[in-house]
Amino acid sequence: MTATIVSPASTTEAAPVRRAARPIPTTRLVKVELRKMFNTRSGFWMLVSIGVLSVIATGAVIIFAPDSAVTYESLATAIGLPMSVILPMIAILAVTSEWSQRSGLTTFTLVPSRGRVIGAKAIATLLVGLGSMAVAFAVGALGNVAGSALAGVDTVWDISLSTAPQMVLGNLVGMAIGFTLGVVLRNSAAAIVGYFVVSLVMPGILVLLAQVRSWFEDLQPWIDWNETQVALFEGATNTGEEWAMLGSTTMIWIVIPLVVGLLSLRRSEVK
Amino acid sequence: MITVESLTRRYAGFTAVDNVSFTAQPGRVTGFLGPNGAGKSTTMRVMVGLTAPTSGSATIDGVRFADLPNPGLEVGVLLDASAQHAGRTGREILTIASDIMGLPRTRVDEMIELVSLTPTEAKRRVRNYSLGMRQRLGIATALLGDPQVLILDEPANGLDPAGIRWMRDLLTGFASQGGTVLLSSHLLHEIEVIADDLVVIGNGKIVAAGTKEELLAAAGTLARSTSPRDLAHALEQAGIPSTLAGDGSVRTDADPARVGAVALTAGIALTELRSAEGAGLEDMFLSLTADTQREGVAA
Repeated sequence: MTATIVSPASTTEAAPVRRAARPIPTTRLVKVELRKMFNTRSGFWMLVSIGVLSVIATGAVIIFAPDSAVTYESLATAIGLPMSVILPMIAILAVTSEWSQRSGLTTFTLVPSRGRVIGAKAIATLLVGLGSMAVAFAVGALGNVAGSALAGVDTVWDISLSTAPQMVLGNLVGMAIGFTLGVVLRNSAAAIVGYFVVSLVMPGILVLLAQVRSWFEDLQPWIDWNETQVALFEGATNTGEEWAMLGSTTMIWIVIPLVVGLLSLRRSEVK
Repeated sequence: MITVESLTRRYAGFTAVDNVSFTAQPGRVTGFLGPNGAGKSTTMRVMVGLTAPTSGSATIDGVRFADLPNPGLEVGVLLDASAQHAGRTGREILTIASDIMGLPRTRVDEMIELVSLTPTEAKRRVRNYSLGMRQRLGIATALLGDPQVLILDEPANGLDPAGIRWMRDLLTGFASQGGTVLLSSHLLHEIEVIADDLVVIGNGKIVAAGTKEELLAAAGTLARSTSPRDLAHALEQAGIPSTLAGDGSVRTDADPARVGAVALTAGIALTELRSAEGAGLEDMFLSLTADTQREGVAA
């Protein structure tokens, strides 16, 4: 049924003036998304925990490790471990909180282009990842200087300029996996559980499968993203084949699911 | 102005919004009524681009909402006051919204004051807010960009009596300055007081639309006589359907002049004859949506 309301007499006092609104710039969206990552209690404490855990890990290495092991690499590994868990969580929650906390209702009415919002979130996530890694390397360097002085050994700088970017990339891969899970599942609890499944449970299954089925043995490093990520953390991705393996796992676990997730996210109903 | 044209939204197996068309005019408050699940919220979500229509369109001043460059400055939207991150403070939620729109931060304080949230309350996290406080925060978010159009789903829900009075004055004032207000509510009395135009929806279809005066006048005629049964019979003879109420009054859709003429011809003395305007919005609402009510209320 069609019905139209015709107002008998308009009570308008002043004709509405259409303002020439300008489009919202992407830099502004990125700034807002960065703010949103840390203006909740959970976001704030996750950020704080990155700093605190870096210091605790550094202290633990200095106190408990044998003097010969107080090197920049062992410090970086100790700091990198908690960080490789927290950073993906930050990436997940940056996306899923819009749905799980339903703030997306406001976000997507203020910025109807959902692709732009998700893009801004991706840039903000990347910036957080790079910033956190910078903090980690700085804390590690301070720990290395202090630790070697306390232990009375020479300061060992055993992370080469080629290894450091690989460690950063390794963490960014972890964040990208979290981000992808967030986009695909759009639910905080499911995405966090999903992250532990694909990072802890699945690699074990793949390794087991490679052991019992010989045809899978050669295939496994091309599918197991966790193995290519560990190689990055160790700075051991050197040959062309190893980089190709990283490309393959990235395609399977990040690029393809992310594209599918984005397509469904743009059409789905925000409730 | 909000224009909805032949809007349809189907889900697997059922049609939530079925070929709905109406307009909400500038300078007027348009009340959007319907029983639970009638399709009000779906229609409003389609208007602001959160739900894609199956067919048809909804435009704001001729532009699709998703095509507005900075929607917050043109349309104020409140769909669900509880849909906020519970871990953010009220002030933080307003700050984010004003940052997205590119407004000065001073606007946040103005809005907090406008909706009568105290500075202390604004610093509390939304999880500790009552429904009424969330509603005020939602209204503040909607008004932040100083828009020309307001789309509000159940904004009076959870407000205290003073808050409801405040909201009524706010919306009336907004409309009298040329703004467009589309407002859904179950509080029929509120709508009756505030709305200039009404759109009634049931089972996804529009069952009535028009100015409030038209729709309430259409409630028909009430007549009384010393022998109501004879009057009802005479009306039936004249081809006018009527209902005989328990209190001895006869109600019909025909206008009073016709009822009077029939009574005169039949030689029945009327003791009362008037427009049944006393029926009010609630009766109109229940009779119009009788087929779609869950409780199957008799018209």
